[in-house]
Amino acid sequence: MGALLEIRDLDVRFSTQDGEVHAVKRVSLDIHEGTCLGVVGESGSGKSQLFLAAMGLLAANGKVSGSVRYRGQELLGLPAQQLNQFRGSKITMIFQDPLTSLTPHMNVGAQIVEALTQHRKMPRDEAQTRAREMLDYVRIPESGRRMRQYPHELSGGMRQRVMIAMATITGPDLVIADEPTTALDVTVQAQILEILRALKTDKKTALALISHDMGVIAGNADEVQVMRHGEVVERGPVDAIFYAPQQDYTKMLLAAMPRLSDPVRLATEPREILLDVKDVVVTFPVKGDGFFAKTRPLRAVDGVSFTLRAGETLGVVGESGCGKSTLARAVLQLIPPDAGQVVWLGRDLTQAQQREIRGARKDFQIVFQDPLASLDPRMPIGVSIAEPLKTLEPGLSRSTVRARVATMMAQVGLDPAWINRYPHELSGGQNQRVGIARAMIVRPKMVICDEAVSALDVSIQAQIVDLLKSLQAETGLALIFISHDLAVVRQISHRVMVLYLGRVVESADAGTLYDDPRHPYTRALLSAIPTPDPEVERARARTLLTGDLPSPLDSRAQLTFLKSKRIDDPDAVQYRPKLLEVSPGHLVAEFD
Amino acid sequence: MSAIGNSRKAETLERAFAGRSLWADARARLFKNRAAVASMIVLAIITLMALFAPYLSRYAYDAIDYDLVSCAPSWWPGDAACSAGGTHWFGTDAVGRDLFVRVLYGARVSLAVGVVATLVSLVIGVLYGATAGYLGGRVDAVMMRAVDILYSLPFIFFVIILMVMFDRNFILLFVAIGAVVWLTMARIVRGQTLSAKQKEYIEAARAAGVSPFAIITRHIIPNVVGPVVVYVTLTVPDVILTESFLSFLGLGIQEPLTSWGVLISDGANTMESAPWLLVFPALFMAVTLFCFNFIGDGLRDALDPKDY
Repeated sequence: MGALLEIRDLDVRFSTQDGEVHAVKRVSLDIHEGTCLGVVGESGSGKSQLFLAAMGLLAANGKVSGSVRYRGQELLGLPAQQLNQFRGSKITMIFQDPLTSLTPHMNVGAQIVEALTQHRKMPRDEAQTRAREMLDYVRIPESGRRMRQYPHELSGGMRQRVMIAMATITGPDLVIADEPTTALDVTVQAQILEILRALKTDKKTALALISHDMGVIAGNADEVQVMRHGEVVERGPVDAIFYAPQQDYTKMLLAAMPRLSDPVRLATEPREILLDVKDVVVTFPVKGDGFFAKTRPLRAVDGVSFTLRAGETLGVVGESGCGKSTLARAVLQLIPPDAGQVVWLGRDLTQAQQREIRGARKDFQIVFQDPLASLDPRMPIGVSIAEPLKTLEPGLSRSTVRARVATMMAQVGLDPAWINRYPHELSGGQNQRVGIARAMIVRPKMVICDEAVSALDVSIQAQIVDLLKSLQAETGLALIFISHDLAVVRQISHRVMVLYLGRVVESADAGTLYDDPRHPYTRALLSAIPTPDPEVERARARTLLTGDLPSPLDSRAQLTFLKSKRIDDPDAVQYRPKLLEVSPGHLVAEFD
Repeated sequence: MSAIGNSRKAETLERAFAGRSLWADARARLFKNRAAVASMIVLAIITLMALFAPYLSRYAYDAIDYDLVSCAPSWWPGDAACSAGGTHWFGTDAVGRDLFVRVLYGARVSLAVGVVATLVSLVIGVLYGATAGYLGGRVDAVMMRAVDILYSLPFIFFVIILMVMFDRNFILLFVAIGAVVWLTMARIVRGQTLSAKQKEYIEAARAAGVSPFAIITRHIIPNVVGPVVVYVTLTVPDVILTESFLSFLGLGIQEPLTSWGVLISDGANTMESAPWLLVFPALFMAVTLFCFNFIGDGLRDALDPKDY
């Protein structure tokens, strides 16, 4: 039996101002009916370009050669009109960012119906019914109402489900999913992966799953292909790749994946208390509907308390929207808290003057999530790194500043000769090193890492975590490590705090929390982490949480795990779950 | 021998390690842009010619010669009405004044008004707009309403009031034009600032303890420079034309002094009988505006490290 999709010697080149970029180098692959091919590789490995080229969706400056056959029919070089008989109908694609791939001014129902009327020439009302069924299939609750909503009204997970519905409604033989879960939280990722798996088993749809995450691939793929620099490094059945990798690169990728079973060695011992955060509340005014609508306060951070010691790492974990970044900004006084205290070395910063706070900034710094966005694109990185030094320690001579920048750059693994480079000339990992250098140059006592490794490839992630640990060992600084990824947090944290909708649901020593999670939310988060182990992945039933994070404006949402005390009115003043100390230092919020 | 090699090596090493700023990089990039450099040279020549106008021609700009009224340049094809006009390179106008020297005198006024008024609008507009945009909230609302009020004043009415209050003079021309063109600049910069301040690097700068003023000057302004430069290159011709309009109404430059705007509008009236009166001033103005445009494009590219 021939393969469903046969790619032979596919070669993609881009002509750019800096010369030719050879993105994909003579790659061949087969996808058989009803199977899943996982394509793994780091950013820039050409894995997305490979499939974009096969679908004729390459950017204008790209050149393709080779052969792409779908059921024996050559697709490459077909005119768009003929190509569209297959594209969008027999072969469909799901992209990483569902917001940019949905049309913003059409409601989602209309977009799904359009796919049917275009490709299947189906009458409108029949298409409507089919669309509803499909939304039910991808487990979108209240599908009738959702059909009339616009993309921006849906959460990321919902949008990705809509994308899957759109991609599968025409009954394709092959769905190409390009990093379908990378932008999503772990719990939502688990749900999406389950839908994709169901697609393969129920509908016998073949799947090309492109991801940088070995864990995502492990549970779904039948065959795996590892790519690097536009070439296939290794290919084989999923078990062979994961249990007996042949190539060093594959081994390196697997080793870089943080696993919950890995032993952890922490760099430092916690010492005296630096930071004492008490009952911090941050609210944002949210406008209601209508012209004279009242604004309602949204409690992004709702009574969070913790302490941080010198040399200690506190991991803060939660899904997007749980207030972890807001908490970081409140601690740093970048957003003034509405209530509570932030006591830094015995002094309450919430009462301090702006000028005083600016002086104290020397002691606490922050590393941001998006390394490129957090560096001024028009500043050479040397100037960016020097900026806090020049601001917080004025009076240093030029040569001292230059020397300290050079030392710092060497310390974070950057070549000091690069001071005149601009951020866009560096890779994501290098830019994050610049961000760390900028935070560390004033020799702070505490650094907050706000999702500092989330945007990076796994291998780079591991390097950055190691870098942070070694810096911690050298300088004894305290870290607050914010992430949605529990596996990474475990690598570096002494203590871990889990946030849910702005409140702490569980907080304990890292060892205790991972070995003995009590709160159902913590357990759900832990169970959703994908592991790079096909057997474990296939065996597990992971969906402990269904649906999305509820809206924080709905007061009932806080009591998702304590339904017995819940008053069924979205505006009612609800019971506040207490934090109980189940064992020394292990706090758990009440739950049913 | 090896000592020299070593010191040279140390020198290159030192150069590699010496920090450069955006502005130094931008200057280097600007000077690599051939169109921009050529434009700067042409502009410099025009400026020098305007400055040294009295030495470049043997005619005075206000010397009337009724024997040579509306004479074509001697080399003008098909016209030899004034054979004595051989030394009037650009011909003469309706009262026999030498056009060449008048174009150069006109350049003085036009370039001064164009550059100075634009610079004034640039400085006020950028600082005002960036401040309003960065501070946001109530400050922004008050500052921008002030701009709206100034916008709603009829321009001519405003100029006439100024003239009545302070008498007519040359400086007032700058004030009047400058007072109006900075408004649009402030608007543009405010809008750009609003989007720039959402960026994470602004937050990073705040976290580093940088003061609001330094954030505006060091981070916001360099990042909004693209649209600003484009608008500046559009402002210069706009200002030059506004000046000619005011002069036409009798509110600007007075005879016998002149400007390109005035020369062009006079020339347009005699286009059929004496086309050179339109062609030469228009040519100078067009070349100047081209130069400003090329320099503006060059600046925008030079200030964007990604474009390089």
